[in-house]
Amino acid sequence: MSVPLGAFVAVSAVLFFIGAAGVLVRRNAVVILMCVELMLNASNLALVAFSRRAGQLGAGNPLDQRGSVFVVFVFVIAAAEVAVGLAIILAAYRNRPTVNVDELHEMKG
Amino acid sequence: MIQNVWLIPAFPLAAFLANALFGRRWLRRWTGPLASAAIAASAIIAIGIFLEVRGGIERTTVPLYTFMSVGDFRVNVSALVDPLSSTMLLVVTVISFLIHVYAIGYMAHDRGFWRFFSWFPLFVFAMLVLVLADNYLVMFVGWEGVGLCSYLLIGFWFERPEPAGAAKKAFVMNRIGDWGFTIGMITTFLVFGSMNFSDVFERVAKDPPAQGVLSLICLAFFLGATGKSAQLPLHSWLPDAMEGPTPVSALIHAATMVTAGVYLVARSTPLYEAAGPVLASVGWVGALTAIFAATIALVQFDIKRVMAYSTVSQLGYMFLALGVGAPIAAMFHLATHAFFKALLFLGSGSVIHGVGDVQDMRRMGGLRSKMPLTYWTMVIAGGALAALPPLAGFWSKDEILGSAFKGGYPILWAVGVFTGGLTAFYITRAIWLTFHGQPRDHHLFEHAHESPRVMTWPLVALAAGSALVGFIGFPPDHGFIHAFLAPAVETGHGPAVEPGTDWTAFLTLAAISTAVGVTGILFGLSMYARSRPDPAAVARAAGPYYDVLVNKYYVDELYDRRFVDVAKAFAGAAWAFDIHIIDGLVNRLGWIIKLGGGGLRRAQTGIVGNYALSIVAGLLVVMVVYGGYATGWLRR
Repeated sequence: MSVPLGAFVAVSAVLFFIGAAGVLVRRNAVVILMCVELMLNASNLALVAFSRRAGQLGAGNPLDQRGSVFVVFVFVIAAAEVAVGLAIILAAYRNRPTVNVDELHEMKG
Repeated sequence: MIQNVWLIPAFPLAAFLANALFGRRWLRRWTGPLASAAIAASAIIAIGIFLEVRGGIERTTVPLYTFMSVGDFRVNVSALVDPLSSTMLLVVTVISFLIHVYAIGYMAHDRGFWRFFSWFPLFVFAMLVLVLADNYLVMFVGWEGVGLCSYLLIGFWFERPEPAGAAKKAFVMNRIGDWGFTIGMITTFLVFGSMNFSDVFERVAKDPPAQGVLSLICLAFFLGATGKSAQLPLHSWLPDAMEGPTPVSALIHAATMVTAGVYLVARSTPLYEAAGPVLASVGWVGALTAIFAATIALVQFDIKRVMAYSTVSQLGYMFLALGVGAPIAAMFHLATHAFFKALLFLGSGSVIHGVGDVQDMRRMGGLRSKMPLTYWTMVIAGGALAALPPLAGFWSKDEILGSAFKGGYPILWAVGVFTGGLTAFYITRAIWLTFHGQPRDHHLFEHAHESPRVMTWPLVALAAGSALVGFIGFPPDHGFIHAFLAPAVETGHGPAVEPGTDWTAFLTLAAISTAVGVTGILFGLSMYARSRPDPAAVARAAGPYYDVLVNKYYVDELYDRRFVDVAKAFAGAAWAFDIHIIDGLVNRLGWIIKLGGGGLRRAQTGIVGNYALSIVAGLLVVMVVYGGYATGWLRR
């Protein structure tokens, strides 16, 4: 049984908007970071699905899934982003013992 | 010896550098002796060079280095040693040395002692550069240096507004003269292709340019000379320069600065003689200045101001001499005047020092017993100024008047003789008011004292000079100075010198001018010693004429109204334009940007959620637009 492409895209979209909503409504910096991860992985899912579909439709080799390579890039970026993001949160926490992003507004113009 | 002529300006320059760099911290009191020693060294070399030139050198150029070299245009810094410059060197260094020594005493209690003795040798250095230059450009360097130093020294007590204003006035008026010098210099270069004295004079002798061009050059240089030498109409800075310390006045009036204009014209004699009619105008300006300044000096009560107008008047005599084609007489008078005018100033300074910085002669009187040495030296200097035989002024002034008479300028001669009477009167008046009669301010009189030796010895030395220097011009027209200077200034165009002294003419003319001078003295004595006629009554009777003289012919007021106020109005308009138009535009632009920035500032809330929301909103907009295009909904 093969799952249709639309299902993958639907799940991806749902995950993405859950993540986006989390980024918008949550105050805890760590949770916001987690929601960003969720958005990234939602796009990963879409990428994998489209890649596989392109292979099936395909001109050329049906096993060619070059689109999935993007997913690897996204992993790397996500890992780096988390490392930097957590470091920033840690530094901000040392400066002022809070992870509530609403209280961190020194850059207010 | 002559190869070492560069040492003469080098010593004062070294003294300036040492005192300016180390004077404040380390040298302190030693700056004065150091500067004096440097000038003394220069004076010794100058004497050596003078003797060597007397031994038969007509003209030597000692090259030092190339100042600039552009294409064919080269300006070398070289020292020109000839009778004219070696005479000037001697006068400048010797007089400056005596004034330096005197200043050690006069300035002893001033906080700016080291500063004073930094500028003082620099002044001498600039004058020596001017004298030694062998082309107009290097001369101009010295010329400007002298102007700068006069500014610094006149405004030495810059905390007070009057010296600061006087310094500014001196500088600005000199700038007008300098403008003339520059025009003359540029025209000289355009016409002759060179600024070297020797090249220019050679060309003038061989193939002179058009009369008009030559006249322009001469008039331009003469404008420069009127600025530096305080002739009409640029004379009014010199009396104001009295605001500086007295040794500065002595230096400006005797050795450096004001003699520069005379030297410039004397140096350019070949140019002036070729230019013809311009020369006569030089003489007329000189004569007018002489009588003009002498009349003002009659009624002034500030002792230094009397001396200042006297200098303007005597410089007028020098230009008169130049104008009638007697540069030797002008240089002769320059040398003798340097001695007795330095002495008059230093004597006045000694009086001012002795009575505690009072310059008004109305508060003095009877000081003869308190300061005998100052008195007697002042009397000698006054006699020399009044041209009493056999003092120095007699020989040189009579030579000028004789040249004017024999040169065919009887009116100039008459003006000169009459001015001589005025001169004798005002110097008698000044000495009488200061030293004779009853003390008019007893408090002042009680505290008056003779100056220390460091100040009186230069007075004695200058008095000896004032008495004896005249004999270098004896016998008249054929003395030592005539034989010495003749090769430097004779061009063959001037009035021919008859062989042998014309004693009849000399004695007649001398008798006339001496009689006028003695009349002036006797009239001064009867007026101030006997009150016959009473000075106050005379002043009242003269009424408006007296007021005109007291107010110096209202020249300052005229200049203020005609030039200073106009310049101020123009400057005010320029200022308003700058503030409202130029600055206004920039400010308006800045104001707009500030407003925009203020609006955008509100977007920066500092809340992360807001930023995230704007990102998402942006994403949605992109999606909608893209979707719109993709589906054709946004396409027409």
